[in-house]
Amino acid sequence: MSEQLAFLAHRQDDMVAVAVRDVAVGHAEYASLDSGIRRSIEVLEPIKLGHKVALVQIAEGDKVVEYGQNVAVATADIAVGALVHVHNVRSARWQLA
Amino acid sequence: MATGLTGYRRPDGKVGIRNHVVILAVDDLSNTAVEGIGRLVPGTLAIPHAYGRLQFGEDLELTFRTLIGTGANPNVAAVVVVGIEPSWTDRVADGIAVTGKPVVRLSIERYGDINTIAAGAREAARLLQDASEIQRVPVERHEVMLSIKCGESDTTSGLGSCPTTAQAVDRMVEANGTVLFGETTELTGGEHLIAARCVDDKVRDKFQGFYDNYIEMVVAQGVDLLGSQPTQGNIRGGLSTIEEKAMGNIAKTGTKPVVDALEPAEAPTRQGLNFMDTSSAAAECITLMAAAGAVIHIFPTGQGNVIGNPIEPVIKLTANPLTAATMGEHIDLDVSGLLTQEYTLAEAGDRLMEVVDRTINGRLTCAEAIGHQEYVITKLYRSA
Repeated sequence: MSEQLAFLAHRQDDMVAVAVRDVAVGHAEYASLDSGIRRSIEVLEPIKLGHKVALVQIAEGDKVVEYGQNVAVATADIAVGALVHVHNVRSARWQLA
Repeated sequence: MATGLTGYRRPDGKVGIRNHVVILAVDDLSNTAVEGIGRLVPGTLAIPHAYGRLQFGEDLELTFRTLIGTGANPNVAAVVVVGIEPSWTDRVADGIAVTGKPVVRLSIERYGDINTIAAGAREAARLLQDASEIQRVPVERHEVMLSIKCGESDTTSGLGSCPTTAQAVDRMVEANGTVLFGETTELTGGEHLIAARCVDDKVRDKFQGFYDNYIEMVVAQGVDLLGSQPTQGNIRGGLSTIEEKAMGNIAKTGTKPVVDALEPAEAPTRQGLNFMDTSSAAAECITLMAAAGAVIHIFPTGQGNVIGNPIEPVIKLTANPLTAATMGEHIDLDVSGLLTQEYTLAEAGDRLMEVVDRTINGRLTCAEAIGHQEYVITKLYRSA
């Protein structure tokens, strides 16, 4: 068995993956639930169980894809390996005018 | 398909998995009498609640439908209905009596609480003794109506507990069973996926109408739902937006077509997966689903919702290892091994079905064992 899995992505083309344990800075492995393919990523900041990491570079204003669906819009540039949460993404559906 | 399942067959042919004698309040004013009867006859189940006076229009109709549906639920053997005055008491009691189960009615005006409690306790004791002789009989899986709703969700819900629930939903539908899901606003961002699964345009239009009306109601308050959706608990668990939460929510509905879209607390008439227009608040939602006749509920949770219901057993499962470790008394099934890929989703589904079957056959859920009995009537607007 290779090193313990750190993240799971719902789909191989998703832009984010979910931490399945508390993940420290540095090298980590993630798997896609649909394809089963495992890849590695350099994690830039500690990411707690259940929180998300960016798998690709995301620019401010970009749609964020998870489950193969648009689930958020980036409110800041997000680097590969960074935490993705309410500080850098927001709902595309509900927002005060 | 013989599965070794047993339940209680009621006079109307419907199947329950519990055998409660309920003392049901028609209105808030009757709570003291209802609880008084419950204390004198401890084997009964008193259901007090906060409303039932000066309601009108659609809101009143929904309260009647909820109360009648609660008494009519096949998990209930017999009912003592208590209201402040006779006419609304009769309306609720008559509605329940259509099922053929024993119903006793009492109204408090010109009688008083103490007389009502004394008379109600005598009737309740007799009903309880009679119910104690009702035997479990073999039942088919499709006769056991299932409802689903998730709560205190986090990202582990979408990865583990909701897809596991979907396994049970698909298996129930494949066995010709009936399953209810709801949570109208929490479909936001994925409502097009549910609309696409509706069996025909008529059902799709009904579903879309429910969804659009709910969102319009929210918008009419001059707010969006960002203050409450996702909740602070959701955010703590890693969920960032309502759309992301919706995708996890929808993951629990499985893969089957949506055969109908129901009013709140409306009993389904079609086998298969039914949508019901409900709040996403756990107690309101499950109260409506139980009133529609669901007798067993599967509740996936992330951060650890503690919900129960007086008449419908609630099975809770989580894929969050922290929740499973810290809230064990609330969690009927831990599927956190899915996160570490210790077993497959189908295997997690097998484990859930085993819990479902044992619950059907009488094993108490965590919520039943520790007395969670949240009962909340959905209020559509202010009383007059």
